[in-house]
Amino acid sequence: MLSKKIEENIFKALMITATLIVLLSSVFIIITILIKGLPAMNLDMITKTPKGGYYLGKSGGILNAIVGSLILTGGATLVSIFFSLPVALYANVYADKSSKIVAFSRVSLDVLWGVPSIVYGAFGFTIMLFFGLKASLLGGIITVALLIFPIMSRAMDEVIRMVPQELLNSSYALGATKFETALKVVVRQSLPGILSAVLIAFGRGIGDAASVIFTAGFSDRIPFSLFEPAATLPLAVFFQLGTPFPEVQERAYASALILTIIVFLVSIGSRILIRRYSKHVIK
Amino acid sequence: MEPTSHINVQDLNVYYGNTQALKDININIPDKQITAIIGPSGCGKTTLLRTFNRLVDTVDGIRVTGKVFVDGEDIFDPKADVTLIRKKMGLLSQRPYPLPMSIFDNVAYGPKIHGIKKKKILEGIVENHLKIASLWDEVKDRLHEPASRLSIGQQQRLCLARGLAVEPEIILADEPTSALDPKSSLYIENRFRELRSEYSIVMVTHILRQAKRLADYIIFLYLGELIEHGPVNEIFENPKEERTREYIKGVIS
Repeated sequence: MLSKKIEENIFKALMITATLIVLLSSVFIIITILIKGLPAMNLDMITKTPKGGYYLGKSGGILNAIVGSLILTGGATLVSIFFSLPVALYANVYADKSSKIVAFSRVSLDVLWGVPSIVYGAFGFTIMLFFGLKASLLGGIITVALLIFPIMSRAMDEVIRMVPQELLNSSYALGATKFETALKVVVRQSLPGILSAVLIAFGRGIGDAASVIFTAGFSDRIPFSLFEPAATLPLAVFFQLGTPFPEVQERAYASALILTIIVFLVSIGSRILIRRYSKHVIK
Repeated sequence: MEPTSHINVQDLNVYYGNTQALKDININIPDKQITAIIGPSGCGKTTLLRTFNRLVDTVDGIRVTGKVFVDGEDIFDPKADVTLIRKKMGLLSQRPYPLPMSIFDNVAYGPKIHGIKKKKILEGIVENHLKIASLWDEVKDRLHEPASRLSIGQQQRLCLARGLAVEPEIILADEPTSALDPKSSLYIENRFRELRSEYSIVMVTHILRQAKRLADYIIFLYLGELIEHGPVNEIFENPKEERTREYIKGVIS
């Protein structure tokens, strides 16, 4: 009896420690960003493009990077949804459970998940060279879509895999085709999970610097076409942090703070959506 | 082949990989009656039921030989349209699985995919079939609430209404009361008694008393073989086969 209790306590302690480490690290990062970034925060930061020189500008704001990041990651997320959802639906509704192609794809996607984003950047750059594309919003969108596709498709795959076969059967039994079942039953049943997958992928995409450094380039203007280079927040942080000027470095932390706030707001927004769509889910 | 029978099974064999689940089944399912498939667990009851609407197709590594005729059409013919076959049959499973949508949309789902678009007509269909399933009075004020909020007994009646809304000729039921409380079970059994004048009902059950009080015709399966079939009185009072007698007495299970 006593040994059971000790065992229980040891595991409890381990879990609490792990939770605390993760929690404290995030709190520590956020506090760092706040302390170092808040002095440089002002309304200009989010309403103006950089002034006084190139993008390292000491005045003005980083509206170029905010808009660039939102359009780029938003576009990449949309592109990725159009590929991820069919892949996840095919793997779980159409293919045999024992399908070798599906098993192989899952392993491949898991491997791609671990590939460093700079490799995606280089790969995207090669594709762009092939098509004669310069560093541009479009190049960035394609590359970030490639970067987040494995994450999104595998996350969707895992939630769609949870849909009970009996639920599919009850749709088939009414004479529905696989397509109707996939679209009207499977997607609705797993919608909260699908939204989470999109959120995770968006978060990964908007925070990534290495994939966009060659492909989207950087610009101190707001992009007005898909073929113009676009600034992104992670690169704004990276460049500003790399300067020897303390006041510019301060602005890097403010930029990081803005990025964190964007991710936070998107996360809150999608959580509200997820809750709204959860009520129909059959347990 | 008897022309009066909706479902006619000839030399049916079903294999899951290397194991044979059904062996040389030959049977006519009587029309406008309740047929109960009985037998011990793992004897192939559910498999037999699921060959009728080809839900066995969804199982990996399954192989079917022989013929199943529904209204004279061999449903395992490669040219057969599986969605039309399934439309002829409503299915009730062991545990109700409402679709992840509102109560109204659950019943309207079948008619919608079969081409009915007009809202007025759909409203009529939904009301009518919820009444047949005796669920209407409980849900008429909250038709647009999620079906997931209904109790499990209500969900099973919703599934019945949903199945009937595609206007099938046959109702297939796989232990439809096994997850329900006694009162909800009674509800379902009473609906079946009313529906038997219009539909051919085939149900799998492991409750012998239920088979006795509800069914007109009994099919007894044992280890994938069709041992005996006949009217309920014959099977329960005067079984010809030793194994049927033993199963009914509870010697084998």
